[in-house]
Parts: sequence; C-alpha cells; structure tokens
Amino acid sequence: MSGAAGHHPGFIRTYIFSTDHKTIGIQFLFTSLVMLLVGGLLAMLIRWQLGWPGQPLPWMEKLAPDGMPGGVMVPEYYNMLFTMHGSIMIFFAIIPLLVGVFGNYLIPLKIGAADMAFPRLNMISYWLMPPAIATVCAGFFVQGGAAASGWTAYAPLSTTLGPGQVCWIVGVIILGTSSILGSVNYVTTVINLRAPGMSFFRLPLSIWALFITAIIVLLATPVLASALILLLMDSTAATHFFLPAGLIIDGVAQPHSGGQVLLWQHLFWFYSHPAVYIMILPAMGIASEILPVFARKPLFGYHSMVYAIAAIAVLGFLVWAHHMFTSGMNPTLGTSFMASTMVIAVPSAIKTFNWLGTLWRGSIRLTTPMLHALAFVSMFVIGGLTGLFLAASPVDLYVHDTYFIVGHLHYVLFGGSLFGIFAGVTFWFPKMFGRMLDELLGKIHFILTFIFFNAVMFPMFNLGIAGMPRRIYDYTGYAHLAHVGGLNRMMSVSAFCLGLAQLLFIVNFFWSLWRGRRAGNNPWEANTLEWATSSPPPHGNFVTTPTVYHGPYEYSRPGASQDWQPQHQPAPAAH
Amino acid sequence: MTPRLVRVVISGALGVAWPAAAWAFGGSGARVWLPESYSTYAPAIDQLFYVVLGLTGGVFFLVQGTLLVFLLRYRRRPGVSAHYTHGNNTVEIVWTVVPALILVGLLINSQTVWSHVRGTPPPHDLELEVQGEQFAWNIRYAGPDGRLHTDDDITTINQMQLPVQQTALVHLASTDVIHSFFIPQFRVKQDAVPGLRGRLWVTPTREGQLEIVCAELCGLGHYRMRGFLTIASPEAFQAWLAEQTQGGT
Repeated sequence: MSGAAGHHPGFIRTYIFSTDHKTIGIQFLFTSLVMLLVGGLLAMLIRWQLGWPGQPLPWMEKLAPDGMPGGVMVPEYYNMLFTMHGSIMIFFAIIPLLVGVFGNYLIPLKIGAADMAFPRLNMISYWLMPPAIATVCAGFFVQGGAAASGWTAYAPLSTTLGPGQVCWIVGVIILGTSSILGSVNYVTTVINLRAPGMSFFRLPLSIWALFITAIIVLLATPVLASALILLLMDSTAATHFFLPAGLIIDGVAQPHSGGQVLLWQHLFWFYSHPAVYIMILPAMGIASEILPVFARKPLFGYHSMVYAIAAIAVLGFLVWAHHMFTSGMNPTLGTSFMASTMVIAVPSAIKTFNWLGTLWRGSIRLTTPMLHALAFVSMFVIGGLTGLFLAASPVDLYVHDTYFIVGHLHYVLFGGSLFGIFAGVTFWFPKMFGRMLDELLGKIHFILTFIFFNAVMFPMFNLGIAGMPRRIYDYTGYAHLAHVGGLNRMMSVSAFCLGLAQLLFIVNFFWSLWRGRRAGNNPWEANTLEWATSSPPPHGNFVTTPTVYHGPYEYSRPGASQDWQPQHQPAPAAH
Repeated sequence: MTPRLVRVVISGALGVAWPAAAWAFGGSGARVWLPESYSTYAPAIDQLFYVVLGLTGGVFFLVQGTLLVFLLRYRRRPGVSAHYTHGNNTVEIVWTVVPALILVGLLINSQTVWSHVRGTPPPHDLELEVQGEQFAWNIRYAGPDGRLHTDDDITTINQMQLPVQQTALVHLASTDVIHSFFIPQFRVKQDAVPGLRGRLWVTPTREGQLEIVCAELCGLGHYRMRGFLTIASPEAFQAWLAEQTQGGT
C-alpha cells in the first residue's frame, strides 16, 4: 500500500479513517452490499406473506417476537417490512452503490487525478453512512417497531406513528447530509482536477453521468432534508406544517391547524423524482462505458448521449407531480405534468437507440460485465416503456398505487440500477482488487438472476392491471382478487430462487478476492485512464500524471496495430 | 468457459420457472387482467390503456428484437473487426423526432380522456360524500332536503349504493390520514385527503356488487379497509335509501 509519494499512514488511517478515494469507494461497496442483502432478505419475508398469507414461519418468532408471534406475520410488521425494504434499498443500497462506490472509485482515476478535491470531506461523507443506517434500523428495536408509512412517509400517517418513524426521519436526514457532502466533492473534482488534455468532451460517459448526478443531488437533496426536518418537527415538536385542522386520530381530536397535507408530497417528490434519475443515470453511464469495450466499437453518438443525460437531469426536476395524479391536486396541473413526463421519454429513447447503435456491426464479447450491461439495456427498456402507462394520466387513475407501479419501479431499480451495479462491480472488480472474478460462476449468477428477476417482477404488471393495490398485507378478502393467489405463489417461489442465486455472487466475490486470477493493469483492453495504472492503483493513483490525447472510445480504429487506443497514448496518424 | 454448463443452467432455470408459471395460471384458470368495466368512462380508459399497450408493445418487440439480432449477428468472429464509427447525425435526428411526435399524439389522446374524467363534472342526479377514516368508509347521502351536511342526512358505514345509469357526484374527505377511494371496475381512483375536499363523478352502466378498495397506505388496517357498493335500479336504490332513513341513522 505504499504510495508513489512514499505515503505510509498507519492501519487505521489506511483502512478505516482513510482519505484515499479508492478505500472510501471500497468501504461504500462493502457497506452497501451488506445493506443490499438485508433489503433482499426483508423482500423474502414480504413475498412469504404474499405467497402464503397468514401461514406461519415458526423459526421467525425468535427473530421477531412482536412482528411474527407464533411465526404468523401481523399487519403492522408487514407495513414495516415493505417500508424498510424500500428505504434500505433506495437510501442504503442503490444510491450508495451507484454514487458512493462508483463516484468515489472512478472519478479521480478516470479523469487522471491523484485523489478527490476534498479528501476529508469525502471521508466524512462515508462515515455519516453507518450512523444513518444504525439510526434507521434502530427502529426495529424501539417500542412500536420500525417506520411503517412506506418509503414515501406520507403525512399525516407518518406523524402518527411511534419512535421508529422518528428514527427513520433522523437517519434519512443524516444520509442526505452524506450525499450532499459527497456531491460537492464530485462536482469540484470533475471541474478542477482533470488531467492535461482531458477536456469535458473527452470525459468517459460514466463520469458525465456521475457529474450530472452529483449536480442533481446537490440541487434536490437539500429539499428532502428540509422537508424531513419539517416532518420531524411535526412529529416531535407540535408544529403543523403538514397537519390541517380537524384531525381526529385514534378517536382523539388533534390541536393542529393551518397545515397542508399535499405540501409534503410536493416537497418529497421534488426530491424523489430526481432521485429516480440519481439511481439510473450512473447505471446508464456504466452501460455506456461497458458496451463499447466489449463491442470493440466507439460509443455511438457520444454527444447525443451527453446531451440526453443533461436533458434528463433538467426535465427530471419538472415531472415530480406525476406521482400525484390521484392526490386531489388541480387536474389542470395534471395536464402539465403529463406533458413534461412524456417529454422526458424522448432522451431515454435516444439513449436506448444509441446503445443499439453501439452494438451494430460490433465484435461482441459476452463477458459477465457485458451480459449485465446488456440486461440493463433490455430491462431498462421495459421499465421505461411501462412508465408511459403511468404518464398517460387517465390510465394512471386506474393503475396508480397498484402492483403495476411496483412492477415498473422494480424494472427501473432492479432491472436498471441493479443490473448496472452488477455490470459495474464485475467490470471494475479487477481494478479494485487486482484479481479477476470467475467468469463461469459470474455467468451462472447472471442467467439465474435474469430469469428469476423477470419471473418475480413481470407478473406484477398483470396483478396491477387486475387491480391489486400495493402495500397490502392480505389481498385474499377482495372479490376481484380471488384468482391471483396462484400467480403470487409462483412469484414468491421465483423470488426465493432469485435470493438464493445471489449466494453465487457472494461466493464468487470472496473466492476471487483471494484466489482469483491476477488481473494485470488492463484485463479488458479498455481505453480509459484507470486501466493505465496498476491493479489496484497505488496511493496517488498514477506514478506520473497522464496526458490525454483523445476521447475514451477509440476502438477498432482502422490502420492501428491493436483494436484499442488508450486515452493517454497519442493515436497513430490516420491514413 | 464451458458453454455446455451454461446451457444446462439456462434450461434448468427455465425448467423451474415454466412449470411454476403453468401451475400458477393453470391452478386459477382465470386470466389476471382488467376486471369487467362498470362505468361510462371505463371503456375510454381501457381503450387508452390498449393504445399505450400497442405502442409500447411495438417498441418493446422492435428494441428487444434488434438487440437479440445484433447479439447473434455481431458476435465476435475471427478476422472480422468492428466497424469504426462515432455515430450519424441523421439517425440521431430521426430517433429524436419520431418518438417525440408519437408522444405528442399520445399526449393529445390522453388529455381528451383526462379532461372528460377529471374536468368539470357533467350535471349530476345524485350527490354524496365519502369520508375515509381508519379503517372504514363513511357514506353520507342528502336527506329529503336534498342538501348534504344537514340534520336529515343519511349515513352508512361501508355500505354504498348507486342507481344505475345515473350520474353521481362524490365528495371525498378524510378525518385522519390519506385514504384513496378506488373502485377497480369503475377505473377510477381519487385520494381522500384530510383538510381538502376531493371530488369525482361516475355513471355506473350496469347493476352489480362491487367493492371499495383503499389504495393509499393508511395504517395497520389498510388491507381490510373495504367497502361494499351495490349498483341497483333507481327504484331499488330509492327503496334502500328510504330503509336507511327508517333505520334511524
């Protein structure tokens, strides 16, 4: 671990309170993969209840004596499970995996910098995450249990719940602070620390995506943090920002007046719709990075891809109220949000077509990262297209808050973000740890994940179309849902298989960490700067600062002796 | 890399998934799809749904098909190198403008239905209020004076009746948290928000027994916040209403 500058910090400064962006990236990786596992296990319990409503799981009584007395789940516990599943996956798994891991690890390496602009700020941004996780998860151990008002925490329900909900609010505020600090750092680093010759239009797409994502985080997260502070005060300090006059809760008339329930939804979605793009843009960047490498072709339409990301980022701030078509807001406002939502489909379409253009007449190698990147493209298309049903507000009147939404969001966040994360982790694992992942295990993991993911998530569209509401503990009482039990059981079986398949990833990860084949500097024969240094890179990243001569996607250039042209090597004169 | 093992895994996984799917669908026998429609605007919403389905289905097969063909056609082959190109501005413009035009068409189509369902309601034959509360629906009909919120109102809990072929204007309210008034067969859903007066209208097209679902998480009893709706002939409806009055609510 001795660096180029002869840097010899002690164990604690190297592995725990490190200011090295690579160590921080890997800390984010392990923390958020653990949370991904936790979130996934909660999903298994949710699927148990939906597949076999009211059937006991006797061994669960020991783990959750209040939530599952005798192994039979109670409704409150079910509400906690989906709330915590959503919150953990979004705030502690997907956002930190995409932004925390790849942002930290890749930005300095790919722009040719020695580290981040603000290494200490970076360290603080990671070290706010464990307390945030601990605070949110502490909800499971306080009286009344964890937060149970959904990851959206709609007021006034969220203000009526117990201390678990307050834990959730405080934890998410801490996490928001971490995100804001991290994004200040990313934006500054990309603007100021690019290597000589690395102009903005020579940046790899992944860096463009992370840069624009950081700007979104910087603009949107303070709104969430402010809204959460107002909600916290409504819950604990007897204010009533979101609480109108005349509420009667549990038979007790409440003293509030003057609050506005829909205000919470406007503030929440003003953050949370951009947050959807926080969770998808970096994955788009990763796919745009991996497809050219394994198609051995320049990225099709580099400039269009950059403008499309920028367009999504801007439009992403103008569509939030499409989550509120049925909320009782003015129907005329619904029209304008329907229009802006349809517009945002255009840049997404541009990106998809350019990915296809990148594959066209390529020389495609189906490695594990490539398979995940292709699955990202394919599944994101389903996620995007099903969004049109929700954009068409009259259809949304029907499918809103049904399983159709649950299917849509899982195609975006699992089919999109998580396949993007798997693509990124398998692609950069050799750089991070100096060893290759096992390809065979990787492919088997991919195939099982792909098949069972679709088997769990696709039928959700059918359930939604049949009118099954989301967030519902037991659907068996409803006449119009009398026939969906079998389908739900099939989905649950697939979900358990999907969960088991992830064991392969874990085994592969740890086996390869110690026993994998040595990677060398540039195992994928890729162009970007991170492959110009050793694997793993030394402290300070580069022995000498690289100079950049051309864009990142010079593959299969005619007349060149090899089919890749690293950014730090001048290209041979074209003839 | 042993492609054979990969093939075994694929067939194994499909071997689990397909019988499971067959069991799930075969066991129930019924298609998991749109429930029957019971309101005047349900056919318009269903039609829009099928328009979007056709459109997205077409794009789905186009994109996934192209992806699959490219993956098969352009797999790495010895001696063949990739085509060196950074893109083409003409195709960029085409695949920007074409989706944009299609979306404008869809927007116009949607707006027509939206202003019908959620715009100014048509003249109504009947006015009632539905008030959500954890975890029940309080239904309030105007009494003989024809006005809501007077002493002679008729109220029921979880029991709602509507006369067929008559337009009802429903006011929505809530006393505690947000609920959402959802009747799948009407294809309509509207939140009952504390502090706000919501409004929706509906003209039932045929008689039947339906259920009112709460579609917005409202607490631990959310799943069982279920009301019952009977759509009856106008005469039967009046008789039922009179009975409620005699019941002395």
